[in-house]
Amino acid sequence: MKMTRKEFLRVMGLAAAGAGAGTLFTVVTPKMLADTVAAKADAKPRWAMVVDFQKCRFGEDCEQCLAACKEAHNLPEVSSRAHEIKWVWKERFETVFPEQQTDYTRQAYVKHPLPVLCNHCDDPPCVRVCPTQATWKRADGVVMMDYHRCIGCRYCMAGCPYGSRSFNFEDPKPRVARPNPEFPTRTKGVVEKCNFCEERLAKGQMPACVEKCKQKAMTFGDLRDPNGPVRRLLAARYAIRRRTELGTGPGVYYLI
Amino acid sequence: MRDRVPIVCGLLIFVALFTVPVWRGLAAHTPARQPELKLPETEKHCVAPVEYMRRAHMQMLIDWRDSAVRRGERTFTAYDGRKYNISLTQTCLGQCHVERKDFCDRCHSYAGVSGPYCFDCHADRMLKTAAAGADGAMLAAQRGTR
Amino acid sequence: MFMFEKALVGGRRYWGWVLLLCVAVALGLVCYLRQLELGLGVTGLSRDVSWGLYIAQFTFFVGVAASAVMVVLPYYLHDCKAFGKITILGEFLAVAAVVMCMLFIFVDMGQPMRVLNVMLYPTPNSLMFWDMLSLSGYLMLNAVIALTMLSAERKEVAPPRWIKPVIILSIPWAISIHTVTAFLYSGLPGRGLWLTAVLAPRFLASAFASGPALLILLSLLLRRVSRFDVGREGIQKLSVIVTYAMALNVFLIGVEMFTAFYSRIPEHAEHFRYLYVGLDGHARLVPWMWTSAALTVAALVLLLIPGVRRNHTALAMACAGVFASLWIDKGMGLIVGGFIPSPLGAVTNYVPTWTEWLIVVGIWALGSLMVTVFYKIVISVRAPG
Repeated sequence: MKMTRKEFLRVMGLAAAGAGAGTLFTVVTPKMLADTVAAKADAKPRWAMVVDFQKCRFGEDCEQCLAACKEAHNLPEVSSRAHEIKWVWKERFETVFPEQQTDYTRQAYVKHPLPVLCNHCDDPPCVRVCPTQATWKRADGVVMMDYHRCIGCRYCMAGCPYGSRSFNFEDPKPRVARPNPEFPTRTKGVVEKCNFCEERLAKGQMPACVEKCKQKAMTFGDLRDPNGPVRRLLAARYAIRRRTELGTGPGVYYLI
Repeated sequence: MRDRVPIVCGLLIFVALFTVPVWRGLAAHTPARQPELKLPETEKHCVAPVEYMRRAHMQMLIDWRDSAVRRGERTFTAYDGRKYNISLTQTCLGQCHVERKDFCDRCHSYAGVSGPYCFDCHADRMLKTAAAGADGAMLAAQRGTR
Repeated sequence: MFMFEKALVGGRRYWGWVLLLCVAVALGLVCYLRQLELGLGVTGLSRDVSWGLYIAQFTFFVGVAASAVMVVLPYYLHDCKAFGKITILGEFLAVAAVVMCMLFIFVDMGQPMRVLNVMLYPTPNSLMFWDMLSLSGYLMLNAVIALTMLSAERKEVAPPRWIKPVIILSIPWAISIHTVTAFLYSGLPGRGLWLTAVLAPRFLASAFASGPALLILLSLLLRRVSRFDVGREGIQKLSVIVTYAMALNVFLIGVEMFTAFYSRIPEHAEHFRYLYVGLDGHARLVPWMWTSAALTVAALVLLLIPGVRRNHTALAMACAGVFASLWIDKGMGLIVGGFIPSPLGAVTNYVPTWTEWLIVVGIWALGSLMVTVFYKIVISVRAPG
């Protein structure tokens, strides 16, 4: 039976579709499995941070943790507030904990700034919504970013209930004041956030902000270690976390 | 053949456009011989055999990237048993190929490879600008943007 | 099979319109190249308002695309003969609208060259993954349906038997594309304006009002510029659908406002307050929202009067009002309002830049060009000469 041109094109189309589907299964699926299997590292610590509000001296213009983070990670100095990149920054108490504020706490805490950063939640909404797994939660609690995979859709920014993420609206490299050769910069079009200094954790060091704080207001450690510094602080004093009613399980505690 | 003139003109324009790479190459004085690579002074062995690196260094870099970023495994054991820290900037560019333009760029521009934008972030210029001080930093980083 | 040659024959008015659209597309493309070079900083987006005009347009036009079901369902499932001529127009409109949606998402990406990562690393827990699947599927479905039906008509034969189940599939698929889009927003814990179960029904109601309204306007236009008449009855039935959908949409907005303002929970109420009254002295969107509200009420009141629906001039005005008011409400109002105030209570104004507008207009022009070409082919097949 002679094949007409139309039938030939139809067969070619089906063959192409079949080849595409075959590629999808033979190439993509193993890749997907490899990613998820490999991501399950040995479950060891659960990193968390405790910020002591009483020790933190932001009221006296201290910005050491901010500067430490900026230098360690090549954060750019962006002039317009709209495009700023911030991993850890200061906010006033009443904006961080609006539900805690009444007219009667005005004297004690209001207008007193404290540091805010990515909370590295137990159940992060940003990880839930990322379409490419460019952000994921490590077994040790750190919510990671892969700048190579990020497509810049900014869904994670919409998903974060804390406003912890920043987007590179322009190329950040020209605006990095003092480049740190041990850490790469990012490119325009990707989202970034605090990474709990995972590159320093890998070398057994403390996060930069924790190390540089003169007042020792920030403590970092393993939440699973009952004798560790974090657990001892939490057992001794009352701590609050941001927006716990959302079920995210933040890993940054604030001692009041 | 009434339309001889436009046809011939069209053919000439086509041939000219088709051979543009040749003209551009001649104009840029691109040498025909293979690029000369400046090899590292101190290190004699690469992390993998030369033939493998020639063929598949991009694949190895992708494996390194996924290993370090996604799995947190930062140590690479080479074929000769030596252990390396998985880092494009600190190991590849830091220990051996300190000047990208003397090594990486030579083959890349000869072969017309414009794809890898790794250097947008993992720049060797960063090493030098850190040494040169903060003043040179912004200027040099700006030049290194593209 | 595609009958594209039918779109290459036209008068001066046709080619003038096509040329105008091509210029707009080219302009949009040039602006997009600038955005590719410099980054999304050329838009009015900010760290607080990270989604703006592009995603707003995507959200709105997904509704227009889904609304094809409002003509497909009565015609194919319930044999409503009145829609005999208008269904194909609805299907082609859906194709153009979905292409526009995909383009709006594409231009919004920070790293568009990596967009295939969504397919290479499938993430079932992310709604964006499902959105990509459902939009692509819907595009293919409608393209196949429209082309198959039209080419069967041209050849004056019955359409092939396998097209019927494909058409039936497109009906729940249309509902699903807009539900998935609503789920993009309504599952985010930190955004009080969107965290409501009624968002998906609201999206569908506004889709079924704005899409058919646009279809009516296009049908009336086609009657003016060509011999193609979809028929009075089709337009009448469609206008009833717009009326009901608009009424439902107004009701759903009303119930949302009640919950927000009666409960007085700041997370919910503050977004509405910013939109309709202003917050901390910032009231940029207030005139827009009240215009939208006025247009909504006026259009709905007009549509409820049967005499108005029968008068095609008045109907056109009412449909234009519906389309414009929903474009403002679902586009700017919903998306930008969701980000203001930010999780830390900051009000950051969002003003789209010229680059952003020109890219948006370029994509609108591309959609219009597709609709023009498709409708030209339909007219040539249905009402030649």
